[in-house]
Amino acid sequence: MENAVENKNNKFIRYLKLIRQHIAQFFVKYRYFFIKIGISVITLALTVILLFFLLRLIPGDIVQEYALKLQGNRGIPYEQAYELAKDLLNYDPNENIFEQFGRYIGGLFRGELGVSYIETGVSANTLIATRLPWTLFISSVALFLSFFIGTAVGCYAANNRGKLVDKISSGYIAISGSIPDYLMALLLVIIFAFQLRLFPNAGNYNAFETTPGFNLPFIGSVLYHAFLPILAYTLVQTGTWILQMRGSAIGVLGEDYILSARARGLSEHTIHKKYVKKNAMLPMITMLGVSFGALFGGATLLESVFNYPGIGLEISNRIISKDYMVVQGLIFFSSAMVICVNLLVELIYPLIDPRVRRAA
Amino acid sequence: MANIKEFGSKVWSIICLVSKFIYESILIPIWNFIKKIFKNPKSAVGMSILIVFILIGIFGPLIFPYSAETDVANKYLWPSLEHPFGTDWLGRDVFRQIIAGTGNMLQISFYTAIISVLIGTILGILAGYVGGVVDKIIMSITNIFLSIPSFPVYLLLAAVIVINGSLSFALIISLFSWAGLCRAIRIQVVSLKERDFIQICHVMHMSRTHIIFNELMPNLFSYIAINFVISMRNAIVASVGIMFVGLAAYDPTNWGAIMQAARDKGLVNVQNVIILLYPLINIVIFQASTLLLSNGLDETLNPRLKVM
Repeated sequence: MENAVENKNNKFIRYLKLIRQHIAQFFVKYRYFFIKIGISVITLALTVILLFFLLRLIPGDIVQEYALKLQGNRGIPYEQAYELAKDLLNYDPNENIFEQFGRYIGGLFRGELGVSYIETGVSANTLIATRLPWTLFISSVALFLSFFIGTAVGCYAANNRGKLVDKISSGYIAISGSIPDYLMALLLVIIFAFQLRLFPNAGNYNAFETTPGFNLPFIGSVLYHAFLPILAYTLVQTGTWILQMRGSAIGVLGEDYILSARARGLSEHTIHKKYVKKNAMLPMITMLGVSFGALFGGATLLESVFNYPGIGLEISNRIISKDYMVVQGLIFFSSAMVICVNLLVELIYPLIDPRVRRAA
Repeated sequence: MANIKEFGSKVWSIICLVSKFIYESILIPIWNFIKKIFKNPKSAVGMSILIVFILIGIFGPLIFPYSAETDVANKYLWPSLEHPFGTDWLGRDVFRQIIAGTGNMLQISFYTAIISVLIGTILGILAGYVGGVVDKIIMSITNIFLSIPSFPVYLLLAAVIVINGSLSFALIISLFSWAGLCRAIRIQVVSLKERDFIQICHVMHMSRTHIIFNELMPNLFSYIAINFVISMRNAIVASVGIMFVGLAAYDPTNWGAIMQAARDKGLVNVQNVIILLYPLINIVIFQASTLLLSNGLDETLNPRLKVM
């Protein structure tokens, strides 16, 4: 009888050991992913702390200001307005810094990024919902356009080093690298919008003549307004993509497998297409992911030059009108997106390039 | 009498030693570095344009003093001998404004480069050389600064902190610009640490200060020099951007401030466009010169590129 119980216990312990082993194996097998996830969680937490302290730099008592405003708008006594302002802004200057931080974290977990105390009914969440699609539209179209043009030209220039194409492309790199993107945008606006009057100088679509929806005039108007921002973005970014792709392809051309492919008598065309381009594209894909993450913050200056209502224009306008709560929420959102997209790129990359997983 | 003579000879020998030290360890490396810069055509062109800018920044305001007095009768004059770039909407000379702004721009870019290179190098060497927990802490801080979008934070800081000079401007910009350099330096130090000559130093029980300053630093010098130029570039882009939004308007002759004011006056007017183009072209020339300088330095100082 006793023996049976002991046997059962032993079995149980063995099962436990087995399960533990499996869990340990699981963690060891996928440790690359867990390490990456852990690092990004830590980075996100530190970012939140930094932004919290940035918020404390704001001069003046914003709760009091907002309470006075609420008192005037809603006709309620000052104490009640003060309480309401504290709740709405999720910030109480009388608490100590740890309680304030707890409040702030609580707000972030509830998904409240920050309420405007200048316009009623506007918060960082509503701004992201209305502005982000426009930002993502122009910047991602421009990013992919410049990525495809840049990698194609860069690869071609690397294969024909020292020839005319290479010289023209390196000249273009030097010129586009010397003009910051907002100055390029300014030049385009001056030439095409203000002097030649070919394109509009502000806005995202013609609100008077078209109605938002899936109809031809609206889409045409959106494309017409987005043409100059996309052009400015693409002109500047293509140079960097050409530069990076050219460097990467030249690095690949020196590898042994290219030599062996030549020794096997493969045609130059096949080598360039199947060996050089594919291998040189690997680091480019990481860079594409990282640049895509950076898009969520919007290009502040480019959007303000074109008066294009994206996240970036919103950030600069809100900073000028001193609406810091919303600004802080928008900055938190964009840095969180950068961290998330970087994490995604790092997690996907080993699937594309198995060498990374083995090295980690 | 003999005592004074002895004392004098001692002082003389000390002066000789110090001057020899200055000559050998400061003047000769600098002279060699300058010779290296002017050997490569790219960096020679970049450096000479930069020197022209520096000369304009120092001596320009002395030769062409700028006064902010308005003279509305002479507004929007076309370029002439008296006013080489014409006058603006208040009758002020644009040429003198731009010369007055040059010094300011250079100050901002140099201060930013110095501060961010100092922070980035110190933290990068610390992280790479010490390793372990210190490395992890420094790298996670670096990661934060690399993942927060920098420009909105610059704007926020410029709005919250009152910018009243080029040094405070530079401090704000260098808050973010050190992070990339720190990461690059750390990678270099980590790879250098595994090399034979550092391992031999460890075996010979050489002091850490000797290893860092006499062994690591000469190898890192090219990265630091190139990154110095690159952070000068980025400082100009960021500072003109901040000015361009209309924040930090402490100096109306700054190129960004001139452009912003011209843009506010309306770009439909061709005169405003022309006023705006002068600082814009200057910025592009400055950017091109620093780009050439950094590329040229990269070619001369990093011999691995020569092989390729």
